Amino acid sequence: MNTLLCIPLLVLLGTLVPLCSTRYSRTACAFLTAALPAIALFLILQMAPAILDGQRFQTAIDWVPSLGLSLAFRLDGLTLLFSLLILGIGLLVILYARYYLSSNDNMGKFYCYLILFMFAMLGVVMSDNLIQIWVFWELTSISSFLLISFWGNKSEARKGARMALTITGAGGLFLLAGLLMLGNVVGTFDLQTVLDSGDIIRAHSTYPIITVLILIGAFTKSAQFPFHFWLPNAMAAPTPVSSYLHSATMVKAGIFLMARFYPSLAGTDLWFLIVSMTGLATFLLGGYLALFQHDLKGLLANSTISHLGLITLLLGMGSDLALVAAIFHIINHATFKASLFMAAGIIDHESGSRDMRQLNGLWKYMPYTATLAMVASSAMAGVPLLNGFLSKEMFFNEALHQDSLGSLSWMVPVLATLGGVFSVAYSTRFVHDVFFNGEPINLPKTPHEPPRYMRVPVEILVALCLLVGIFPSWIVGDLLQSASLSALNGPVPEYSLAIWHGFNIPLLMSVIALLGGLLVYYNRQHLFKFQAQFPTNDPKVLFERAIQQLVGKATWLINFFENGSLQRYLYFLFMFTIVMSAYPLLDLNATAGRRPEIPVDALSITGAALLSIASLATVIWHRRRMVALLTLSVVGLIVTLAFARFSAPDLALTQLSVEVVTIILLMLALFFLPQKTPKESSPRRVVRDLGISAMIGGIVGTVIYALMTRPLDTISDFFTENSKTGGGGTNVVNVILVDFRGFDTLGEITVLGIAALGIFKLIARMRLYMPSSNEQGRPWSTDSHPLMLSVVSQSLLPLALLVSAYIFLRGHNMPGGGFIAGLITSVAIIQQYVAHGVDWIKERLKLDYQIMIGSGIGIAALTGLGSWFFDRPFLTSWFDYFYLPVIGKFELASAMLFDLGVYLTVVGATMLILANLGQLTTSERAIFEEES
Amino acid sequence: MEGIYAFCVGLMTACGIFLTLRGRTFSVVVGLTLLSYAVNLFLFASGRLKLDAAAVLGMSEDYGDPLPQALVLTAIVIGFAMTAFAVILAMRARADLGNDHVDGRIPQTKEEVRQKSGGQR
Repeated sequence: MNTLLCIPLLVLLGTLVPLCSTRYSRTACAFLTAALPAIALFLILQMAPAILDGQRFQTAIDWVPSLGLSLAFRLDGLTLLFSLLILGIGLLVILYARYYLSSNDNMGKFYCYLILFMFAMLGVVMSDNLIQIWVFWELTSISSFLLISFWGNKSEARKGARMALTITGAGGLFLLAGLLMLGNVVGTFDLQTVLDSGDIIRAHSTYPIITVLILIGAFTKSAQFPFHFWLPNAMAAPTPVSSYLHSATMVKAGIFLMARFYPSLAGTDLWFLIVSMTGLATFLLGGYLALFQHDLKGLLANSTISHLGLITLLLGMGSDLALVAAIFHIINHATFKASLFMAAGIIDHESGSRDMRQLNGLWKYMPYTATLAMVASSAMAGVPLLNGFLSKEMFFNEALHQDSLGSLSWMVPVLATLGGVFSVAYSTRFVHDVFFNGEPINLPKTPHEPPRYMRVPVEILVALCLLVGIFPSWIVGDLLQSASLSALNGPVPEYSLAIWHGFNIPLLMSVIALLGGLLVYYNRQHLFKFQAQFPTNDPKVLFERAIQQLVGKATWLINFFENGSLQRYLYFLFMFTIVMSAYPLLDLNATAGRRPEIPVDALSITGAALLSIASLATVIWHRRRMVALLTLSVVGLIVTLAFARFSAPDLALTQLSVEVVTIILLMLALFFLPQKTPKESSPRRVVRDLGISAMIGGIVGTVIYALMTRPLDTISDFFTENSKTGGGGTNVVNVILVDFRGFDTLGEITVLGIAALGIFKLIARMRLYMPSSNEQGRPWSTDSHPLMLSVVSQSLLPLALLVSAYIFLRGHNMPGGGFIAGLITSVAIIQQYVAHGVDWIKERLKLDYQIMIGSGIGIAALTGLGSWFFDRPFLTSWFDYFYLPVIGKFELASAMLFDLGVYLTVVGATMLILANLGQLTTSERAIFEEES
Repeated sequence: MEGIYAFCVGLMTACGIFLTLRGRTFSVVVGLTLLSYAVNLFLFASGRLKLDAAAVLGMSEDYGDPLPQALVLTAIVIGFAMTAFAVILAMRARADLGNDHVDGRIPQTKEEVRQKSGGQR
């Protein structure tokens, strides 16, 4: 198996490790959890030298090739950079979280979510297929949701998690639309092809839509204005999560996406305008807001927003050098911000508060941590000899050479410097307010230094800040070069990573930013007063309100359609049917087709007239239920005659026996139901319903008339030709049922069995009032089993069973078969129930109908399986002819066995329904146990 | 003949639909039964109408189309199971809810609503 595929798979496997190892000590759990990601990191580092030389690794497994989907991974410079961040900082966070989480927290769960996120994020950056990127993208949103809501008992954690999921998830949908369109334009979802076809994409008419959709996805994820508000609310997460997801990696996914699709989408005025202006707005807004946060993590969250804005601005500038600066700043921001979050977590952990109005003068209590935090925040402010300074210089330089805004271009460097002022101011506030500025006020705990190993991750990251700041090209030169190479998908411009570029304008801007920031911080009290005049609009409240309104609207809409009234549902359904079926009929030129009609005869006219009268009578008298039932049975009988008349004896036999069973069933049911229907429909309702039913009736009649008068091109010739030779029967209908389409029949008898069992279940526990008289108060006859009926039916039983056996046996060659024979048997048994009552039958006929259904389906299925013994497909049938003296030549076919299964199921199902329902009318009525 | 047949199917459909739109369970069950007759006839007729055609092989050159017949045969049996299920459900609803309205509760008429609100005033 190739190494490239191993990397994400190892991490995926790693999600299970913490769940299994959480029973051991917390340290063991942390180390075991770290093992698999560490191996993955090792594998990547092994491939790193080749990648730094400009190589690219790719691997793909076909998934749904017809849709252009594949499981494809790649490892190039940009991917390498992000993978190192994800795995490296991930490992540090695992170590950090070991000490951060208290013993009350479920560590296994936390690590599991964390590694799940690591897998998702690694998937985003390593995917070599557009759709796959999106899948992993959404997975990061989901794992972020799980991590933010890790302390689910806190309301703010739940709300923050929901908000983050809503914003990033919704953005993901935009992204999906954009990616699908992008794939459509290029003709493939393969990433490399998309990157190579930038010119085609930019020239395409849908380019603006694609760009906007993909950018919305990127902006929501990377907390760009106006979607920035979810990030501060995500700070309810445990601090390791904030450090990992919400500063170093996940919020960079949007940035990654913009960098990834830079060769495909960037380079137009549209891209420049949207990306750079959004970035600039976010940069300034985040910096400004960060200044006024009292919560330590709130300050860091807003500063993250600001720095993400800075990177976005760089990506939008349109020059290749700006892209290099953006990538450089991604590295730098990840290192200093992750370490700052960890330091904030340590402060919170060891002092019990994150409020900067309480936290003062911590220098005395934790000087070591304070030093680390001060170095990191100097990097954030852009102090020389630290990594933040270098990328900020590059940023200022790019801002100076910006000319896309025409004569207004001078505003970009000015505003960039203003942003720099903000970041110096809030960095100073972080350092001065927390570590100096008097004594701590009312802290819940006396602060002290954290455990030794909790500091290690911070130390490593801060050391990186320093090393990159002092020896930039030695530490990250190659990495930056190869990442830029793959992000640009082309040659990288010349740049120098030196600390000292001489006295120039960017340096001047840095100096102004430093001095200005200190000045702003010094005058902070005035600014706080100024800011306090504005009403505080908590985005959480606004968001919740918007969501509530949406829910309210949705509820209203649902209640409109779904008010619990069957009549309304049917009304909508039928109206929909009318619209959908009437529309195509408008295109049909003539109702009648070319097929000649059969001449009408008197018999048919009589039948049709009877049918029409009976149908109408059923409607007219539907409130007198018994009468309606009688007229309904007339309809059923005429339908039977119609089947017989139009050359379908099998159907006629089936319909006749079903008719008997149905009417008996409905009569039994009517015994327990009211005998009359009250008049309650308003005249308007009646007219409306008449209109609907007339419309649908008209449409159905038209369709069937048009169908019947057109020539038939049937597939049945195959069945007719092969019925005798292949199925061994001359009754084609039966051969279709038990042989050609035997699998369908097997499914149908299964449905029948399930329906019967469901009915059995409904009948059990039914508590019905048993009427002793009819509507007029006339008592029911006490002589429920008249002598005449019992005598006659008793003698009829053998005859009826004989008929059903005959019908069953001849079914293959003459009208008949398992269905019909089963129904006839049922009718015969029902007659005995009617004539003798349940008690009498119970003594004499010991049949368990449930077992009968089961064995019926079993026999049918086993017959089908039997053909496997002869290496034939399921349900292949066999037949042969035999000769016996006296009886003569006869045929045996495996299909008969199948038909036996059908027979048993039909008898079992019918009897299970009717016998149990009939029981309710007698003393055999089951006494149901009370539910307690 | 086809015209008459189509008229009957259409009429039965209309009657069935009208009954399923009623408010009481038994009418709906009767409507469903009528509707399933109509549907069976509809499906059957897709094989075209034939008088005096042979049902089994070897009796005549002219056969009825066996495929719709096989489909309708199972449809009749399944239709019975469905009707049975619906009617037992109706009984169960009556037993558990105390009325036989399709929604499980008798909706108030406009006059009743008006009287009630008037009484409150």
